[in-house]
Amino acid sequence: MQENAIELRNITKRFGNVVANNNISLSVKKGEILSLLGENGSGKTTLMNMISGIYFPDEGHIYIDGKEVVISSPKDSFKYGIGMIHQHFKLVDLFTATENIVLGLKEKGRFDIKIAKGNVKEISAKYGFALDPNKKIYEMSVSEKQTVEIIKVLYRGAEILILDEPTAVLTPQETKKLFKVLKRMREDGKAIIIITHKLHEVMAISDRVAVLRKGECIGVVNTAETNEAELTEMMVGKKIELNIQRSEVVNPVDRLVVENVNYYDKEGIKILDDISFTARSGEILGIAGIAGSGQRELLESIAGLISVSSGSIKYNDPVTNETEDLCSKNPVQIRDLGVRLSFVPEDRLGMGLVANMDIVDNMMLRSYNQGKTAFVERKEPRDLAERIIKQLEVVTPSATTPVRQLSGGNVQKVLVGREIASSPTVLMAAYPVRGLDINSSYLIYNLLTKQKDSGVAVVFVGEDLDVLLELCDRIMVIAGGRVSGIVDARTATKEEVGFLMTKTDGGLTNE
Amino acid sequence: MSNKSGRKHEPLIHITKRASMVWYKAWIVRAVAIVAALLVSAVVITLLTKDNPVEVYAAMFKGSFGTERKVWVMLKELVVLLCVSLAVTPAFKMRFWNIGAEGQVLMGALGAAACMFYIDDKIPNVALIAVMLVVSILLGMIWGMIPAFFKAIWNTNETLFTLMMNYVAMQLISFFIMIWVPNGSSVMGTINSATESGWLPSLFGQKYLFSILIVAVTTVALFIYLKYSKQGYEISVVGESENTARYVGINVKKVIIRTMAISGGICGLAGFLLVSGINHTVSPNLAGGVGFTAIMVSWLAKFNPIVMILTSFLIVFLQIGAGEIATTFRLNESVADIVTGIILFFIIGCEFFVQYKINFRSKHKEEGHA
Repeated sequence: MQENAIELRNITKRFGNVVANNNISLSVKKGEILSLLGENGSGKTTLMNMISGIYFPDEGHIYIDGKEVVISSPKDSFKYGIGMIHQHFKLVDLFTATENIVLGLKEKGRFDIKIAKGNVKEISAKYGFALDPNKKIYEMSVSEKQTVEIIKVLYRGAEILILDEPTAVLTPQETKKLFKVLKRMREDGKAIIIITHKLHEVMAISDRVAVLRKGECIGVVNTAETNEAELTEMMVGKKIELNIQRSEVVNPVDRLVVENVNYYDKEGIKILDDISFTARSGEILGIAGIAGSGQRELLESIAGLISVSSGSIKYNDPVTNETEDLCSKNPVQIRDLGVRLSFVPEDRLGMGLVANMDIVDNMMLRSYNQGKTAFVERKEPRDLAERIIKQLEVVTPSATTPVRQLSGGNVQKVLVGREIASSPTVLMAAYPVRGLDINSSYLIYNLLTKQKDSGVAVVFVGEDLDVLLELCDRIMVIAGGRVSGIVDARTATKEEVGFLMTKTDGGLTNE
Repeated sequence: MSNKSGRKHEPLIHITKRASMVWYKAWIVRAVAIVAALLVSAVVITLLTKDNPVEVYAAMFKGSFGTERKVWVMLKELVVLLCVSLAVTPAFKMRFWNIGAEGQVLMGALGAAACMFYIDDKIPNVALIAVMLVVSILLGMIWGMIPAFFKAIWNTNETLFTLMMNYVAMQLISFFIMIWVPNGSSVMGTINSATESGWLPSLFGQKYLFSILIVAVTTVALFIYLKYSKQGYEISVVGESENTARYVGINVKKVIIRTMAISGGICGLAGFLLVSGINHTVSPNLAGGVGFTAIMVSWLAKFNPIVMILTSFLIVFLQIGAGEIATTFRLNESVADIVTGIILFFIIGCEFFVQYKINFRSKHKEEGHA
């Protein structure tokens, strides 16, 4: 029996009233790979941040090699041989791999880059990395950068490695290579914790799996003794009844037809992979998926904020019955076509609203350019602001209060209120209830349902599966930029959706 | 893990941002700051020079208001600073750090001087002044639009770019002075001193009144432009969040270039006033750092053109007053600068107390018990 490299006992961490980690106990042995599995907000990152010294636990104990330790800073964590590889790399672009690896090391004596290079080569050879120590970071691919990050922690003598979603940015071939390296590290006696959402990777690489849900550790199982279905159930939990009023769909008409949309970001990474779907009038189409699976890019490409690499986005006008092509058009051109498209973006104060402007000025964001004079008309926006404050019960000192002074729920009411006020035919909302209390959330659900009843095609990007299943009519699941399935929200189960969310391999599943 | 209890201690001083302060309270804070500044300066003056601080302050006041002539000189200084402050405001409101006002002013001045030099009395004076005005504004615009264009297309750093454009403008002026002045001197005398062509005429016998009126009109126009026009609204949105601007379909590149054209254009106007209305000559030091002081004026007024009349008056008043006490009391210029520094420090520093609230630990606890 191997000994524990690291053991956590009864760790609890609270942020205000929110319990991010509740009484979690875990251990990783030397020469073992443990997968940490859980939905967004289940507390994985918080837990790992406590091991790497970014947060300090409110309660509980941490043991390294059987001895209790206090980790109160990243420096302590490094001292105990813990190395974390973050999802977002922290490298200096203009430096070479070796320079980045040794950066920040405080060794005694004169520093010799040649010796450092030799050490880097030695580590590369030992674990089978393919890395040129003289290559500059800006010339590297994403996977090479990740290699630099891993060697960086190994160079510092890390015995316990934590990898935060390491495969999210990798191609399948690169993932395979990474796993090979991880296995060699395991043979070398390193303890490895890997955070991931992808079930097939969990099955492929790990010895044991720990599942977190809503800040609690649901269970730790041996990978050999479990299967994907069991893990999914542990991850999403049993269904909770929410009692959201859901009306029946009346006369659905295809309003928005998206076909084979592909999108690559600036780094050339494929974010949207051959996405096709239809949003119908009088229906709420839910979009489910792990955060960052391409939801934001999908909505932004429909709204005209980014232009897709290929594919088509068509809009059927209910008045003229004409079909308009929205591809490669900016928001103004889309509006000029007579397309009444409203969009509640994820980043409310950074995109949907201007934080330092008052409610009135925020009301005219969409409409300020109407009218023939060179001057803005504030009367209508003021009336609209007053109307929204009254109808949606926005708590604010006045309509001329800057929106940054409002609470999260009230900010969202202002934004949703404005977007609905333009009587849209398509309403897209990304995480509209994130950070909102129960009452505000239900108010938003009811507003969306009301829009649906009046014939609007509503697209709702959500993260809470219970909400998606009760609010929506159909749910499209995105995994890794691909549509992994479209299901009927009235009959689908939570496990089914959860399974699709983590399904990044294989063919498409049609409803 | 008892050794961690220290982390939970509340710090002695705890600073929080205020939601907002009632306007009259804010003005009380500012008034207190000015009084405090005067008291501290008084102590410093007494300690350093043994002069009576009250007399020193009186002299300072006389510097700007002593005689009718002094008032006009003060107003002249005021409108130049105000005009350039107005110019940088749209750019700063858009979060475009235009520190090239100096160069844009110089280009405007160069344009005006060139017209005066080459055209002289070949066309009627009114026509000449009109041509000069247009050329000055155009040159200022171009000088402002070059960095804006690079920023919009290639996202270059506008701070460095506009700064370097200042030096180019200075060198251009030196170059033209060498061409224009026959004996190779690097100083340009008064242009058209005989014909006075291209000089802004006196109004009601006052040499500077024309310039003052032009700046007054510009102030009101810019206030309206920023607050009530669609373009002004676009500037605010782009300045606050480019993402929001994209979201509502504002063409960010266009707004950047257009706004810098306005900013540079008003700078060009200031250059025109300096040459045509005030100095009737041109030199590389014509702007004399006003492009940088203007940034402070604009920020102090929180980008409100009307308030800028006040803030630019404050700066000009302090500058003239400092010069006055230096000569009256035969003090070293530095003493005057120290006084100016103290007053500015208090005035700018008091904004901190308007924006933030300071909570002390002990007081906090007592409140908790009560």
